[in-house]
Amino acid sequence: MAASDSADDCIVDIRNLHFSRGRNVIFDGVDIRIPRGSVTAIMGPSGTGKTTLLRLIGGQLRPDAGEVRVGDETVHQLRHRQLYRLRRRMGLLFQSGALFTHLNVFENVAFPLREHTDLPEPLIRDLVLMKLQAVGLRGARDLMPAELSGGMARRVALARAIALDPAIIMYDEPFAGQDPISMGALVTLIRTLNDALGLTSVIVSHDVAETARIADLIYVISQGRVVESGSPEQLMASESEWVRQFMHGLPDGPVPFHYPADSLADDLLDTRR
Amino acid sequence: MTDFFSRIGRSTLGVLARIGRGCLFLWHALVGLPGLILRPGLVVAQIYSIGVLSLIIIVVSGTFVGAVLALQGYNTLVNFGAQDSLGVLVALSLLRELGPVVTALLFAGRAGSALTAEIGLMKTTEQLSSMEMMAVDPMRRVIAPRLLAGFISMPLLAAIFSFLGIMGAYVVGVGALGLDEGPFWGQMQSAVDFRDDVMNGVIKSLVFGFVASWIAVYEGYDAEPTAEGVSRATTRTVVHTSLAVLGLDFVLTALMFG
Repeated sequence: MAASDSADDCIVDIRNLHFSRGRNVIFDGVDIRIPRGSVTAIMGPSGTGKTTLLRLIGGQLRPDAGEVRVGDETVHQLRHRQLYRLRRRMGLLFQSGALFTHLNVFENVAFPLREHTDLPEPLIRDLVLMKLQAVGLRGARDLMPAELSGGMARRVALARAIALDPAIIMYDEPFAGQDPISMGALVTLIRTLNDALGLTSVIVSHDVAETARIADLIYVISQGRVVESGSPEQLMASESEWVRQFMHGLPDGPVPFHYPADSLADDLLDTRR
Repeated sequence: MTDFFSRIGRSTLGVLARIGRGCLFLWHALVGLPGLILRPGLVVAQIYSIGVLSLIIIVVSGTFVGAVLALQGYNTLVNFGAQDSLGVLVALSLLRELGPVVTALLFAGRAGSALTAEIGLMKTTEQLSSMEMMAVDPMRRVIAPRLLAGFISMPLLAAIFSFLGIMGAYVVGVGALGLDEGPFWGQMQSAVDFRDDVMNGVIKSLVFGFVASWIAVYEGYDAEPTAEGVSRATTRTVVHTSLAVLGLDFVLTALMFG
């Protein structure tokens, strides 16, 4: 599925996005369209602003120029109340999980339900247990976040993120620092939940193999711009040397192995002194 | 020389920006207060953690401050044969000054630092961000209940401090030093005015409670999201609250009794 094919039915539409932190330009004219119902990955080297992009979509940051649209709404033009209404249709899975440390697993997942609904306690209990069952942690409901492994914490955070049945769910580096079993579980969960619940998933990651397994569409960003977009297969066979180096994880190429420096001979002979 | 002036300019602008951010922060927190009418449980939970858990330090400090005040006061008053006025001395000192001020300083050290550390760590571990993304406003859910709880707790703690201080003085003055119980209470009753002394003390503790809670929650919310940043914010809470309380105490005393 190429980006241009799905422009008509995209749930997130980012056009000509510019964003800087001080003098550091993070995005310099980025266009991204995320098709409804897809698993879309935003990939790129560390420090390219992938997490910043999620915060721009969630309205936690404002672009310097350009626009970020979610559904029919331009995120950064919304008033406080409208923005919070929009966020009820979004879920964001933070890299750390960001679970509330003073609440147990059950209460963490119940939190958005208690805040946004007046459902009776038995119904909240059933909903929470169903969400926990979906991520395989119904049996861990009484544990505190400190008692969970990193992978379990992310699955609890995932259950919490889907508690209100959002239309979009965004994952910030979901595979970082996971053991192979947790990684496999998360990969399967993201795809399964997306298809079973009719979600749209946005994954920000630099774990190429895992992301390519489940993504319908990948955007590769670097130095503030979209370098290339397309299906995982298209990007693996890209004509761009840079994209091929990134997708195949080659240690040397257009992105050099060595940080720019004077020649080794000059350094060793210390000729400048 | 130019460097010197530019440094002064930069730091002045920095201080002004912080004050501006603090005022905006307070406005957003105050806007969240009416919503708490529907959720009193949030405030009650914070009154427990800010107020009830501070009771030990307030009870112990209040009792000993009163006892020491009685010992010191007696030693001076007895030289003038005025030891029967010990009750008045202790009551006025506690109700007008020591109750509100020492309670506020203890509050900054016990509850204020805890509030800053808690909110700062919630920020560091992205709990506040995740709350925002769950469409739950942290200003209403986290900050407003803590601000209100601090405001409610401080006068109650100050009242307990003053009461136990007077009881500590009673034990020392009447129990240990052998003063007559009648003049101790009688002079206190006739010399202490409800509006001028008790109410002015309550007003002071309300002001201190508001300022101490504001500083504590703001420092936590504005903390740099690192371990070092939270540590610095916690220190700032204690230092800034102490300075603000002592400065405001002078201003309020001048207005009330000057």
